[in-house]
Amino acid sequence: MHNNINSFVYYNKQNQQLRCEGKWSLTSLSDIQQQLSSIAWPTEGQIEIDGKAITQLDSAGAWLLTIGIKKLFSVPLSIHYQHFSKQQQKLISLIENKITTLDSLPSLSPLNQLALIGQLVVRKWQEVQAFLAFTGKLTQETLRLLPYPFRWRWKALGCMIDQTGLRALPIIALLSFMIGVVITYQMGLQLRNYGANIFIVDLLGLSILREFGPLLAAIMVAGRTGSAFTAQLGTMKVNQEIDALETLGRPPTELLILPRIVALTVTLPLLTVWSDLFGVLGGMLMAKNLLDISWQDFLIRFQHQIPVKALLIGLGKAPIFALLIATIGCFTGMQVERNAESVGRQTTRSVVLAIFFIIMADAAFSILFSTFKI
Amino acid sequence: MNKSPIIELTHVKTWVQGKWLHQDINLAIQTGEIIGIVGGSGCGKTTLLREILMLQPPTRGSIKIFNREVTTASYAELLKIQQRFGVCFQQNALFSSFTVLENVAFPLQEHARLDKETRQSLALLKILLAGLRTDTAHLYPAELSGGMQKRAALARAIALDPEIVFLDEPTAGLDPESAAGLDELILNLRDTMGLTIVLITHDVDSLWRVTDRVAFLGEGRVLCIDSMPALVCHSHPLIQAFFKGPRGKVTKGDNEWKPK
Repeated sequence: MHNNINSFVYYNKQNQQLRCEGKWSLTSLSDIQQQLSSIAWPTEGQIEIDGKAITQLDSAGAWLLTIGIKKLFSVPLSIHYQHFSKQQQKLISLIENKITTLDSLPSLSPLNQLALIGQLVVRKWQEVQAFLAFTGKLTQETLRLLPYPFRWRWKALGCMIDQTGLRALPIIALLSFMIGVVITYQMGLQLRNYGANIFIVDLLGLSILREFGPLLAAIMVAGRTGSAFTAQLGTMKVNQEIDALETLGRPPTELLILPRIVALTVTLPLLTVWSDLFGVLGGMLMAKNLLDISWQDFLIRFQHQIPVKALLIGLGKAPIFALLIATIGCFTGMQVERNAESVGRQTTRSVVLAIFFIIMADAAFSILFSTFKI
Repeated sequence: MNKSPIIELTHVKTWVQGKWLHQDINLAIQTGEIIGIVGGSGCGKTTLLREILMLQPPTRGSIKIFNREVTTASYAELLKIQQRFGVCFQQNALFSSFTVLENVAFPLQEHARLDKETRQSLALLKILLAGLRTDTAHLYPAELSGGMQKRAALARAIALDPEIVFLDEPTAGLDPESAAGLDELILNLRDTMGLTIVLITHDVDSLWRVTDRVAFLGEGRVLCIDSMPALVCHSHPLIQAFFKGPRGKVTKGDNEWKPK
């Protein structure tokens, strides 16, 4: 008897008999495989496998006895099993019955470069089409509901305004305040060299009201609210809640998407004013500390130098940004497929796309304003 | 039955949302048996399963698995015990971003040192054992029908050749033919691989066909644990209501399978 504790097989070359020992289970499978592969298998005849000394045989072990072992033979040999218990025989024959289909695992051939590019193009094109269909549906739905204010989802709208607006106030205030401080600091240092301290009011007022206020608020909202829209709608899509609404005759556009878009279009201009306010406040604080401009001087100059137009231009951008954020957030949410990975991917896309289009739109506005000399 | 039970619950109590869900659960499961756990909806079957699986602790009481107390076991010990389980959840819980083959190969990849070819071959074997065809191997769970998802979940549950397999509502939502097929599969697995199977189900046909014993959960305790023929004759009103209702009666009366 072979008494090595780590030995699972003992091969007798004369009568071509393989004696198996010990635990033939998943945990020891790789060791057994190694031992089997070191045996010099014959090239003809029949192999006899003796299972008398096997203490435990699970399906992985049985797989090795039937399929795994045949891969080691250089020529196909027939196998005869002896001294296996009834249960083990059952297991072996169960697996042997499956052998015929086991080798035919359909292989997936990877696409070549050209096909990959093609696939990408088709996918992107489909996405564009889907987005057009989405906006079309949205417009249609809006026009359908516009004459019936009593059918608007006022409660959902209020709830959304609270979520997207009211709860975003602290973070936007803090962020804008900080940016106001930073801008004043950087510009103030330069202005001081020329003794042009007081012009900080013009620079700060115009840049915050026209650019930074709306942009900061929009970027914060894209990160905070756009992603939430995508994740909410995406999870509802995975749970088939969207399908359920559809079959109940309540289109999700009316119930879920329009309230979100309208709410954001209402709140983002308000948040922009809020952001403007704290941006200027931060600047004022820094101007007093760094440039010795008193509150009164600052405010009086602000009043005379900054036209209302600057505020209005900034505010005019906000609804456009809001539409971008909300439609992108909702669209990517509705694009979620029924798997966990998709929710994450679409949420990321939602934020990246929203910020991308916000900056693109902002650049477009700048070009437009300079062309028309506004 | 002189061996010590593979799973033993003594005086298990669970406090859920202001009331006792389990008041006093005592249950012993022997190696190699197929045990059914039944009871009305909301009687705490799934919670009991989660407690046995160590996904949540019971409020009081002791749970012994493989003769080891798990309520006080260390985390490392729990992980070792959990490797010897195979679980098929009510909602299948297949990994949605993996294909069926990857789903089944995943536990093999995590817990056994095997080369890729062996892993795939073993995973494919399990997929075939669970009664799926090879061409489903590369599909994603979302592309499968409900019955195929159940089978894929079962394939993943038996991937590591576990000693105990827990099945939560395996035949729910299946057509009678698929359900009967799954019953056969469960019996077959027990006979060939010597598994202990804990089956939670409402399917009376399944209970008659596959179980050795059935534990009836009600009023926060195990009201009766016995073979099906004995259980249906039990006089407790809850058990009578469960099996003597219109559906229970029809299935029992028309039952062409011999009770075991």
